[in-house]
Formats: sequence, C-alpha cells, structure tokens
Amino acid sequence: MTTQSLAEYRLGPVDEIPVGEARAYAVGGEMVAVFRLRDGGLRAVSAVCPHAGGPLADGLADQRVVVCPLHQHAFDLRTGCSTTGAPPITVYPVRVDDDNTIIISGGLP
Amino acid sequence: MHTSKPSERERLVVVGNGMAGARTVEEILQRDPDRYAITMFGEEPHGNYNRIMLSNVLAGVEDEAGIFLNDLQWYADNGITLHAGCKVDKIDRKHKLVHADDGTQTPYDKLIIATGSTAFVPPITGVHRPGRGYHQGVFAFRTLDDTRNMIRYARDHERAVVIGGGLLGLEAARGLQQHVSHVTLIHAMGHLMNTQLDEPAGKTLQASVEKLGIEVICDGLTTEILGKHAVTGVKLKNGRVIDCDVVVLAAGIRANTELATTSGLSVEQGVVVDDQMRVAGETDIYAVGECAQHRGVTYGLVAPLWDQARVLADHITGRNLDAAYHGSQVATKLKVAGVDVAAMGLKEPELDTDETVTFAEPRRGVYQSLIIRDDRLVGATLVGDVRKVAFLMQAFDRGLPLPEERAGLLFDLGGPPAEVSAAEMADDAQVCNCNGVCKGDIVEAVQCGVKSVSGVMDKTRAGKGCGSCKGLVQQIVEWAAGGEVEEDPAASWYVPGVPMPKPELMEAIRTHGLKSVSSVFALLAPGGEEDAKSKMGLASLLKMMWGAEYDDERDARFINDRVHANIQRDGTFSVVPQMKGGVTTPAQLKRIAEVAEKHDVPMVKLTGGQRIDLLGVPKENLPQIWADLDMPSGWAYGKSFRTVKTCVGSDFCRFGVGDSTALGIAIEERYQGLEGPGKMKLAVTGCPRNCAEAYVKDLGVVAIEGGKWEIYVGGAAGAHVRKGDLLATVDSADEVLTLTGRFLQYYRENANWLERTYAFVPRIGIDVVRAIVVDDAEGIADRLDAAVAEHVATYRDPWQERSTPVTPGQFRSSLPLTVLPQVPVREPVAAAQEGRA
Ligand SMILES: Cc1cc2nc3c(=O)[nH]c(=O)nc-3n(C[C@H](O)[C@H](O)[C@H](O)COP(=O)(O)OP(=O)(O)OC[C@H]3O[C@@H](n4cnc5c(N)ncnc54)[C@H](O)[C@@H]3O)c2cc1C
Ligand code: SF4
Ligand code: SF4
Ligand code: FES
Repeated sequence: MTTQSLAEYRLGPVDEIPVGEARAYAVGGEMVAVFRLRDGGLRAVSAVCPHAGGPLADGLADQRVVVCPLHQHAFDLRTGCSTTGAPPITVYPVRVDDDNTIIISGGLP
Repeated sequence: MHTSKPSERERLVVVGNGMAGARTVEEILQRDPDRYAITMFGEEPHGNYNRIMLSNVLAGVEDEAGIFLNDLQWYADNGITLHAGCKVDKIDRKHKLVHADDGTQTPYDKLIIATGSTAFVPPITGVHRPGRGYHQGVFAFRTLDDTRNMIRYARDHERAVVIGGGLLGLEAARGLQQHVSHVTLIHAMGHLMNTQLDEPAGKTLQASVEKLGIEVICDGLTTEILGKHAVTGVKLKNGRVIDCDVVVLAAGIRANTELATTSGLSVEQGVVVDDQMRVAGETDIYAVGECAQHRGVTYGLVAPLWDQARVLADHITGRNLDAAYHGSQVATKLKVAGVDVAAMGLKEPELDTDETVTFAEPRRGVYQSLIIRDDRLVGATLVGDVRKVAFLMQAFDRGLPLPEERAGLLFDLGGPPAEVSAAEMADDAQVCNCNGVCKGDIVEAVQCGVKSVSGVMDKTRAGKGCGSCKGLVQQIVEWAAGGEVEEDPAASWYVPGVPMPKPELMEAIRTHGLKSVSSVFALLAPGGEEDAKSKMGLASLLKMMWGAEYDDERDARFINDRVHANIQRDGTFSVVPQMKGGVTTPAQLKRIAEVAEKHDVPMVKLTGGQRIDLLGVPKENLPQIWADLDMPSGWAYGKSFRTVKTCVGSDFCRFGVGDSTALGIAIEERYQGLEGPGKMKLAVTGCPRNCAEAYVKDLGVVAIEGGKWEIYVGGAAGAHVRKGDLLATVDSADEVLTLTGRFLQYYRENANWLERTYAFVPRIGIDVVRAIVVDDAEGIADRLDAAVAEHVATYRDPWQERSTPVTPGQFRSSLPLTVLPQVPVREPVAAAQEGRA
C-alpha cells in the first residue's frame, strides 16, 4: 500500500452508512466506497470495479469481501486483491474520530 | 522430506507465471512442499490462468473469473512470493541473481525459465504505428489482456479479419463472431490447419467453418494493413482488398527467448535443454514449456508441457534423479471453432508401403484418415466425428497391433462399443489433454477418498480445459468408485456459505426461530461467518418462510431489491411500471410518455413481458420518477413473480375460447411481487394457438373448448427452451387461480436457490408435482394455499419507499463515473476547516 500523501479527508458522520452496506464518496479526484461492516469495522476501497466499471458501493459485502453487482467479481476489502481473478482495487486507511466522523487518509491525489 | 525453516531453504526462482511455470511449481509442491523457498515472476499482472480458455472468453461462453487456475490466495497459502506484472530482464549467472524491471534483484539457487511464446508478427506493412505499438484495431491473441482489449474494441466495430488459419486463428474467428457481424479468415497456405491436417481434412474443416458464417480465404498472403488512423481494410498479395475495421494476428508463435539470449544462455529456436530440462551447459538453470527446445523440437500445445513439468519436478526435488524427458508424441484432440478435430502422428503417408484408410462424408462434415505401417497405426486425422479417438490414441501411443478388418478402427461393426470402456483403458492413457491428466491420476484421486465427479475434477483438473473429456472422466470415476460415486456435498447446499441442503436449513431456521440473515450466519455458518454470496438466497428464503415477521436487513438484499429497479451495465437503473396482463390505458401511456420526457429517459422500450421499460435512470432520480409515474411497481428486477403475458382472447379474437386477458390480470393482481428462488414468468392464452407463448412459461394457462383451462408448468424460453408439462386441466378460472398459487408456493418451498421451474419440475418429476399440487397426495394443499394467501395479504408496493427511504442514502448514487462527481465533494481537512472558520 502506498501512503505518499498524508492528507486526511473528513467524509461525514458514520451513521450515513447503513450497517452492512456501503456508500460512495468523492474524495479529491477519486471515488471511494466506504463499507460499514456488521461488526462495526470500516473499510475504504476505490469505488469503481476494475473489471468493467461496476459500482462497488452497490455490491453485497461480508466481513471479508465485496461482490460487484455487475458480474460478481469479488474483492478482499483489506488487501484489495480480487478473489476471482480481476485486477486489484486500491484500499485506503479509514477510521472514525471522536465525533463519529469518517476520516480517510493517504495515497490520494 | 525437508522440514527446514523457510529461511534455511534453498531458493527457487521461476520466471514466467504461465501454464508451464505454475504447473511445474505445483508438481514440485506436491512432491516436497518444504524443499524450496519459491519466488515467481510473471509479466502479466494476473495470477495463473488457463490460456487455452481465452478462446472461450473471447466467444463469451466463459467468464474471466472461471479460467483462473491459481488465484493470489494459492500463492500466499503455499508461501510463494509472487511478483505479478513484473518482467525479469536479466539473469546474472555469475552472482546467481535475477534483475527485474521493478528494480529488484533476487538471488537463486535454482532457476526455472518458463517464459512461453509471443505472437509471431508477419512482415505486413502498417502493422505497427511508430511509437504506438500495434496499429489501432490490430490485435494479437495471446494473453488475457489481448483478449480483453480485443473484445472491448470489436464490440463497437463491424468487420474483422483474422490472419492465420491454424488452431488459434480459427478460435479467434469463431470468438469474434460474438462481437462483430462479419469475420473473414485469411490463411497463407492451401488449406486450414496445414501443420496438423492433410488437404482433404483441411477442406472438410473449411466447409464446416464456412457453414458457421465465417468467410475463409486460403492461399491469401496479407501484405498490408490499410487505414491511417484506424484500420479500414487489408490488402492481399494478389491485390485484393478486404474491408474491415478489426485485424487479429494469429499467424503463429515464436518461443520467447529474449531473456535467455540477453543473459547469454544457449538459444536456438528455443532455449536448448537436455533430458532433465536443464539449460545446455548450465548446472542450476532449467527451462520448461513453449520457450524450451528439446532434441530440436519446440512444442506449442499444453500436453507436452505437463510431461516436462513432471520430469523437472521429479528431478529438482530429488524424487527421481533418473527422470528423463524423451519428447512427446503429439496427439491433439480439440474442438476448433465448434468442430471436433483430432490428429496424431503422420498426416500423410511417407513410404510406398504405408497403407491409408480414408472415409469421407462431406455433407456431414466428416473426414477420417488413418496411416498404417506394418500393422501399426502411425498417423490419424479425424474431423467432425472423433468418437473412436480414444482407441486410436491408445493404438498410436502403444503401437498396438490393429484388427484385420480396418473398417473396425473407424466404425462399430456390431462389435465392441464405440469408446474404450473405462475398465479397458491403460493407466497411463491420457484422458484430459488440456491438463495432462491420465486415467491413473483419476483412479488415484478416487482411491484417496475423493468420491464425487466434481471433487475429482477439482483435485486433478481433469475436464477443466476444453471440457471434451468430461464424459470420460465421469465414467472413470464411476468405475473406480465401484458404483459409490458421491454427489459433491456443496452441490446440494442451498447457499455456498451455510453447509446445509434446503430442507435441513429450513428446519434449523424454524427450530431456532431465525428471522434475519445475520442470525442465520451467526448460528449456522461455519465459524459464524457471513458470506456475501449467500445473502440474497437467505433473504429470499426467510421472507418466504416468515412473511411479515421476517427481519428485513437491507444489506442482505441485492442492489436491485434495495432500490426496486434493475441495475444496468453502466450503473443506471431501469424502471418498469406495472401493466397487468399487458393491458394499459391511453391515460397511463400519456403519463409514462410525459415522465420519460421530463426525465430525459435515454430509452423507452417494450419488454418481452408486455410492459414498458424506462432505461438509463440514475439511482438518485428513482424516487422522483416513481412519484411522477404514481403507478405500482412491475417487479421487473427481483427473483420474484414478474408478469403474466396474455393474448387478446375471447374479448376480441375470433378464435378465442376463453377470456385470457381477464384471467391474466386476475393472476397478476393476486400474486404480484411473490419472492421465489428464481424469477417466475407466466402467461395466459385464449386458445391453443398460443399467441402469448404460454407453453414456454414457468406457468402457462391455455383456454380450450368447453370452458376448460389447461395449466402447464416448467416451461422456458430464455437461455433454456423447454415446453412446459401439463399439470392439470380445470373447469374454471377460480381453479386456475388456486392451482397457480399452490404450485408457486410448492416451488418456493422446494426449489434450490436460482433453480428455475424448467429445472425444478423435471428434477421432481411432473407426476410427483401433480400428485402433490393437484391431487393433494401429501395432504399439504391447504397449508400451501394458506401460506400463499398470507403473502397476498401482506403485499405492499415497494415503490412506496420513494417518499420515506428505509436506509440513509438509499438512493444516493454510487457511480458518478462518467461525469465526475455527482455526490458532494469533500475537501481536505485543512481546507474544510478554513471554510468553516
Ligand atoms: C487462445 C489460445 C488458445 C489455445 N488453445 C490451446 C488448446 O486448445 N490446446 C492446447 O494444447 N494448447 C492451446 N494453446 C497453447 C497453450 O496455451 C500453450 O501451449 C501454453 O500456454 C504454454 O505454456 P507456457 O507456460 O510455456 O507459456 P505461457 O502460458 O505463455 O506463459 C509464459 C508466461 O511467462 C511470462 N513471461 C514471459 N517473459 C517473462 C519475463 N521476462 N519475466 C517475467 N515473466 C515473463 C508471460 O507473461 C507469460 O505469462 C492455446 C493458446 C492460446 C493463446
Ligand atoms: S391464442 Fe387464440 S385466442 Fe389468443 S389471440 Fe391467439 S388465436 Fe386468439
Ligand atoms: S434478454 Fe437477457 S441477455 Fe438480452 S439484454 Fe436482456 S438480460 Fe441481457
Ligand atoms: S464490472 Fe464489476 S464484475 Fe464486471
């Protein structure tokens, strides 16, 4: 993972994302999908499926992977690697601050 | 066996992550998993995939995901360091290091070169554009990326020319037919596949290929690619010009020896190796696969690579230091562009005393020719009918004496069965030519306790290439298991993440009172782990079982069911208002037209289910469009009851004997939105002329003379075509309504996830279905009726969610891909704080 730039972005309150689902955010010039896992964890990955541009934030997810809604390629939410042979996606460090705001950092233009 | 710590192991570096490189590593791990610390380099940015299957990917019959042999997890699981997307550009033999283009230097104790081949580019003017690589619209057919690019480009173009009439060219031509309307194949030689086939065989193949709509030009030497910015055509030596906008080069391959040459290894046509696959003059460097030249021969098919991989693995792990490769008999059995072709040994007689036996049936596209020397088979060519190939291959490999009556080699003369039976086959007879699996390997897998066909296929890979040997694999498994073949257990699970067949799963859900998808995972999945791919199936099942009591967790729904519209390829959605029985009114039509205009709907289309589809609606506009339409949902998206198609029936049609329209509307009104394991499409037609196509629906109703109705179930006219089976003939529309509900409920309760009625009904058997649904043989009819009635009572139009979204951001866009970005743009914190201050 590259973290050339340490810029931080505040995306908004975490309860904007329903549990188990994801929402897409425009961060800098990138689209980022933030997943709120059922165990409360957060994951942030690039929102665009490298296979044919599918909207990953619309995909079904579990604790480990998201499945793209268009052709069912799956991606590990921690590593960005595809478990179905698609090219990998970018993952971004993400956390919640004291007022429950989603903060994403690193690697963004 | 070495049990050394990884850090103390010898270092093995493999350059080339293709079919030979990865296979060799697998063979090594099988023999001694702890011997080496392995590092692999692959120029392609992927894991290891089955190159043979690219033809299927191009033809659209196989998903990219389905062709991967080893995903990245495999490398991790086996402790292999993989540098994917990374080219090795030099081997420093003196210091035993490989230099890669990512700047790394990796030391090795042993090194394997498996760099494969590259496409051969004939000297044609205009193939390359200075500084740009291939001319726009010109493609090679070698890698997954080539295939992807070709598909992407071809989709928007019309006419393709394929240069090269060998195996690859034929496959490319066939595949391209999926994407363009016209394909021409240009071959420089006199007949197709001239290296493997004699002339009559090549001509027979040509006729079969032409029947598929591919234009074939033999003796055609391409000299120039025309077009300045994009391809406009190709020119042949005789001056003929063929218009086209896509060109695919499939004119052969050349061993990829660049790295070996730069590094000073011995290279002729390929990297020269000895019988242990060791590079000539080296002690610790080996080569396998298409890049290797053994006894003057380089091979361009996979079967020889498996032989090489086995020998190299035996040798390098010290398992069998005497292992030696003596070259491969090349016997090919392929499906080329849909035509069966097999070739082995000589293609034409060489000596005056060679005997040839030929049979030709041109109209059926069959040509067979055998070459026999001293009563032994030394060559065979089969096109169009390869039923006898298993026996011929054995006879060829082993030099078996042939029967007096030669015709017996090609035909069954009332004698032994067409195929060698599993019992008769020799242990080392190769069954799967794509993956190099022998009968013995299959038998061994069964003896090691794998007793299902799919399990054996996973373990040995037999049948996972072109698939032409699947039947034989099954026979061998059955024979080896002595009739104790097991069904793959996972194949019977309702969803992949919960190891239970549907009845057990329902039982467990009921016993524990599990009303949400997450509670099912927590209690019934191994380790309590969620599984994304199982969520939809469970959501559907729970909704069916609990009705209004179901705890509806929105993250378990597919996006279609979260926003009640059908996701399209560009991430927009399509909206279909209900139009019961296909009947509409001028007022409704006006409203739809106005809404379509107001929202600039890119396409308005009549669907196959007699409704109007508004295509290309962005997610965030859905609530407004529904509000403007103010009509109920037509359920065009879910695994659910969809529509009832009707004909005009007795109201207007002069043939009509029943009021199909009224009955269709009544059915749709009653069962709208019913979720199920698959979608349910229905139809009612007013007489057996069947204008509404009721015979090919999940449930179809046909009016017949005397006020009666016939009910058909299990029909289909989509990816599968099947005429439904007659369930019952009844006297009234009311009975149709009752039996329809009862059948649908029975299907909902008993079908596997995603199993449509066309598979479900034959699986259960129409007699059993009829006994239960019509004759109430199990005494459950009342319960089924009550269950479906309960659904009817709780029905609520999902489009009501437009005014009160159920989750935050339910309709927020996920895809501002084209016009970035439509969701609020966040600035970096610093900037944002300034803004606030
Ligand atoms: C479309 C198609 C259909 C085919 N159909 C059949 C068929 O039906 N039956 C059959 O028997 N055969 C078929 N073949 C041939 C078969 O795929 C090959 O024989 C086989 O893939 C060769 O394996 P290999 O490992 O030697 O080479 P490859 O599979 O080509 O692997 C070589 C790998 O090495 C990598 N590499 C090269 N140089 C470097 C470097 N310097 N550093 C790092 N990595 C490098 C390449 O990126 C490549 O991934 C087909 C081939 C194609 C293209
Ligand atoms: S099926 Fe029969 S009743 Fe219906 S439109 Fe056709 S001919 Fe008329
Ligand atoms: S009919 Fe089937 S294949 Fe054709 S566009 Fe619709 S969904 Fe796709
Ligand atoms: S676009 Fe994501 S799987 Fe095809």
